[in-house]
Amino acid sequence: MIEAEPVARSIELWRTALRTRSFIGGAALTAIFVIAALVSFVWTPFDVTTLTIADRLQGLSGVHWFGTDHFGRDIFSMVMVGARTSIAVAIVAVGIGMALGVPLGLAAAARRGSLADEFIMRGNDLVFAFPALLIAILITAVFGPGAVNAIIAIGIFNIPVFARLTRGAALSLWTREFVLSARVAGKGAIRISVEHILPNILNLLIVQGTIQFSLGILAEAALAYVGLGARPPLPSWGKMLADAQTMIGFAPHMALIPGFAIVLTVLGLNLMGDGLRDILDPRIRRSRT
Amino acid sequence: MSLLTVENLSLTIGETEILRDIDLTLDGGEILGIIGESGSGKTMTALSIMQLLPQGTRSAGSVRLDGRELLTTSEAELCDIRGKSIGMVFQEPMTALNPVKTIGDQVAETALVHGRESQAEAMRIARETLNRVGLPEARFPLDRYPHQLSGGQRQRVVIAMAIALGPRILIADEPTTALDVTTQGQILTLLQKLVSEDGMGLILITHDLAVVAGVADRMSIMRAGRVVESGATLEVFGRMQHPYTRALFAASSHVPPRHVPPAPKAGEAPVVEVQGVIRDYALPRHTPFEARQTFRAVDEVSFVIQRGENVGLVGESGSGKSTLSRAILALDPMQGGVIRLDGEVLTAEEGASRAARRKMQVVFQDPYGSFNPRHKVERLVGEPFHLLPDPPIGPERRRLVEEALENVGLASPDADKFIHEFSGGQRQRIAIARALIIRPALIILDEAVSSLDVSIRAQILDLLSDLSGKFQVSYLFIAHDLAVVRAITDRVMVMRAGRIVEAGLTEDVFNNPQHPYTRQLIAAAPNLERALAARRAEAAR
Amino acid sequence: MGRITARPILAPARPIVFNFVLYRFVSLALSLVAASVVIFVVIEVVPGDPAAFMLGLNAQPDTVAALRDQLGLNAPPLERYFQWIAGLAQGQFGISYTYKVPVAELVADRIWISLPLAIYALGLSILIAFPVGIVAAARRNSAADVSIMGATQLGVAVPNFWFAMLLVLGFSITLRWFSAGGFPGWQAGFLEAMKALTLPAIALALPQASILARVMRSSLLDTLAEDYVRSARAKGLTRGQALWRHALRNALIPVLTIIGLQFSFLLAGAIIIENVFFLPGLGRLVFQGITQRDLIVVKSVVMLLVVAVIAVTFLVDLAYAIADPRLRQHR
Repeated sequence: MIEAEPVARSIELWRTALRTRSFIGGAALTAIFVIAALVSFVWTPFDVTTLTIADRLQGLSGVHWFGTDHFGRDIFSMVMVGARTSIAVAIVAVGIGMALGVPLGLAAAARRGSLADEFIMRGNDLVFAFPALLIAILITAVFGPGAVNAIIAIGIFNIPVFARLTRGAALSLWTREFVLSARVAGKGAIRISVEHILPNILNLLIVQGTIQFSLGILAEAALAYVGLGARPPLPSWGKMLADAQTMIGFAPHMALIPGFAIVLTVLGLNLMGDGLRDILDPRIRRSRT
Repeated sequence: MSLLTVENLSLTIGETEILRDIDLTLDGGEILGIIGESGSGKTMTALSIMQLLPQGTRSAGSVRLDGRELLTTSEAELCDIRGKSIGMVFQEPMTALNPVKTIGDQVAETALVHGRESQAEAMRIARETLNRVGLPEARFPLDRYPHQLSGGQRQRVVIAMAIALGPRILIADEPTTALDVTTQGQILTLLQKLVSEDGMGLILITHDLAVVAGVADRMSIMRAGRVVESGATLEVFGRMQHPYTRALFAASSHVPPRHVPPAPKAGEAPVVEVQGVIRDYALPRHTPFEARQTFRAVDEVSFVIQRGENVGLVGESGSGKSTLSRAILALDPMQGGVIRLDGEVLTAEEGASRAARRKMQVVFQDPYGSFNPRHKVERLVGEPFHLLPDPPIGPERRRLVEEALENVGLASPDADKFIHEFSGGQRQRIAIARALIIRPALIILDEAVSSLDVSIRAQILDLLSDLSGKFQVSYLFIAHDLAVVRAITDRVMVMRAGRIVEAGLTEDVFNNPQHPYTRQLIAAAPNLERALAARRAEAAR
Repeated sequence: MGRITARPILAPARPIVFNFVLYRFVSLALSLVAASVVIFVVIEVVPGDPAAFMLGLNAQPDTVAALRDQLGLNAPPLERYFQWIAGLAQGQFGISYTYKVPVAELVADRIWISLPLAIYALGLSILIAFPVGIVAAARRNSAADVSIMGATQLGVAVPNFWFAMLLVLGFSITLRWFSAGGFPGWQAGFLEAMKALTLPAIALALPQASILARVMRSSLLDTLAEDYVRSARAKGLTRGQALWRHALRNALIPVLTIIGLQFSFLLAGAIIIENVFFLPGLGRLVFQGITQRDLIVVKSVVMLLVVAVIAVTFLVDLAYAIADPRLRQHR
């Protein structure tokens, strides 16, 4: 309603500011873990591969900030290195999903109703019938466990997510008049996809990317927990939880700390995604200029 | 005492004033027309009477129904009043009905929420009301779903919902704007009939002076949240006190100065020649097992447009006019026929060559959807340069874009702005600049002024007329609004169900229509002068 | 109307519904075929010689040959594939290499833990998410909405298996209300069995309920802004009536899609959660199958789970047809 526009503008501005706070909070949480992961390459308080049985199952202290596990390893250091595994797996998996899914979705939308479109969409349906865990089970059964399996399994599952999202958003853009104008200006499907479609769905992809990133971290943890992910001696949050399970009665810190690490990272990413959604929303952006 | 009295009604959202000192009265059996351009506050006035305002609005003043103050009435009592004493009809019939409920249920609901009627009694009321609004049982049983009805039929269901309990007042907010001309007339007739039969008061909100002139007993003209002039319809049109009223009146019947198109030179190929063009659509199948059905949207259409000539193409929605324009623009493949641009044949499979595309451009209806929001105006206007064998770059490109912007009445620094910084009318100017920049022989204007307010529309028509004379460019002017087509074209074609049923010089066709459908269209189209003349004759009797 | 051959506007409703169901059924069958091919190729073709793979590196050539013979691996792949499918159709999954019993028996024992667990969790998830999502949407921006959105934001971030460990820590180890794991079997009585499944189901359900509640809320907010809700208010319905009678049913259409997707997550989640609670379900079976390189077991269980997921997708499509008279075919 045009009458209400200036007001809606101020309300939206206010809301954007508030949501931006959620973005800032989320980004800060995410940054903590990203920095921890990066620092772990050059420094950790203790070496995570050295087992010091004498120090095992210590509680939280000035020396071992988050205590030690049943092999006497420093949990703080393991959380740092675990962040590295989680983030690496999730980033590569989302990257695979985007790198394959987005072009497939763009192609399907550009050739709507064609055989290629049909093929891509049916292929997507097929992948959706295999939750990431089942893919990981199949791969592990044949190739044995490893972090690469987790990446492939989560990555494959991400392809249809991005392909569908891209196709859906692109289809509605293809009927828009500015795309028709570009066709009248003689531009071809590839050029229009790159020049007009992709920039206008980028926000959507970024937001979905952060969501898939957080889902990837959850999935990596679950796979590592059941032994389908990273293998020892590489620490991973999911595996730390698997180790902690039998000791939960007398060493609950072993279970609590990696769990909190997962929750905070995922929470941070989700808050960041929500914030981004609002900041990048073109309607809100328009009202800010 | 009037049935409805609005006094000093003001409305604010936050710090912004939406309505100020609105005064209106309405009696039973009376039609009050509220007219104004977008943003004038007409809809907000209606929602204030219904007390269905968006959250965060504050209203002051007084709205009295039969002496009862509505602004201070509790929400529970308002629910009792809405639907029973005041009904409302909205602009967009396609979305005003719940898609998952039958029309019978939706009409019966009005009765169910208000009384102790049994389900059977409510369904009986629904049946009767639907019969009254022209949806007889034989073709429209109660268990129809909205998606099985056309726009006009849905609007009848919405009206049935509003009048099922015989309200004292009916508010209709642009009830015909989304409908075709012939359907528009039918809905207005229905509303008039209901008013005279039930003696209810009708508030008819519209942007169209001709509609008000045709049916309203009294009218109020709104602008920027205020009523600038009101009174009995004929009196208001007779005296036209307020300058805005005069401006609105002038814009509504504006005819841009026209030049005579040059006579076609001997031996020169026409700008566009359409011969026996056929466009079939494959209908969506519900399952892959059905045979593919096709819908013939354009059925062996032929015509010619000469250089500098403005040709109108009129027809109702679904008549195939936009499909035809897409075929000429080589956006969709044809199933038959030939299109020649400046003598060059467009091939059906590959679309147009660059050389052919260079000769035509397009301006679409929606000033908001026509531009990529992420590009600056320079890039947007320069997009057709892609068609040139040797596109200009750098300062030369910039100079051409600035020149194009100046040609359409914008300033050269506008090239550095984003599209959202412009109003709807300005965007249409930018769209015209984009279409003109490579000096095409033909510009297709597909409902290019339909979404603009009358005053803006008049300016754009002037601009188009001016440019056509200046650059010898031909227009194919596609519109559903007959008055606009009449004002700007040399020749006109009438399209119906995929075929051109009549074509000729614009004045000939309008003054002496041959085909019954053309006559029907012209009779149904709201026409300010004709409506006023009829009312005056009626008043004199 | 000239030569226009459009479908009549008032098309009969019944044949379309029938065709729709038939179409969905054919697409279900095609998905099953495609999924079975994928599984067959990954398990039986990719490893080269499955028999050698299952026996490990130190196997004697004659043992490998015997196993090849026993598994029927000497037949060409296409024939093996059709034999496998024919077996599946008759409920015969083959003989487990490690257990030396028919896989069908192994699965039959265990599926009655995993499947009820997933359904239990789905039920809980819906029961929690619907009221919570509806309240949040109905009282948008209220304190209730803000706290619900905060709680769901947290719920979405919690890994279900970790949440399961916290539940064990709280309700089994500290409060001792539930046993920390194990399953008494359905023969111990329905209530006993359900009690053993309760903590696992809660652990699975809460994170999913958070997602579902958020979807419910945003979908309802969308439909509440629709024109037909305004029409309903103009008829005299209260806000609550308009929400209940008009917005809700339309809002359910996207929610159904999410419920369908969630079932596959819950099924996958169930086989993970079984590890936390030591439940002898399909999860345990498949993980033992992996460690023991028992490809027959892995292949059968994965196929079974895929069948379940595809079947649920089919049911969701049917639910669409009931919820939306337009029967729009979403892709």
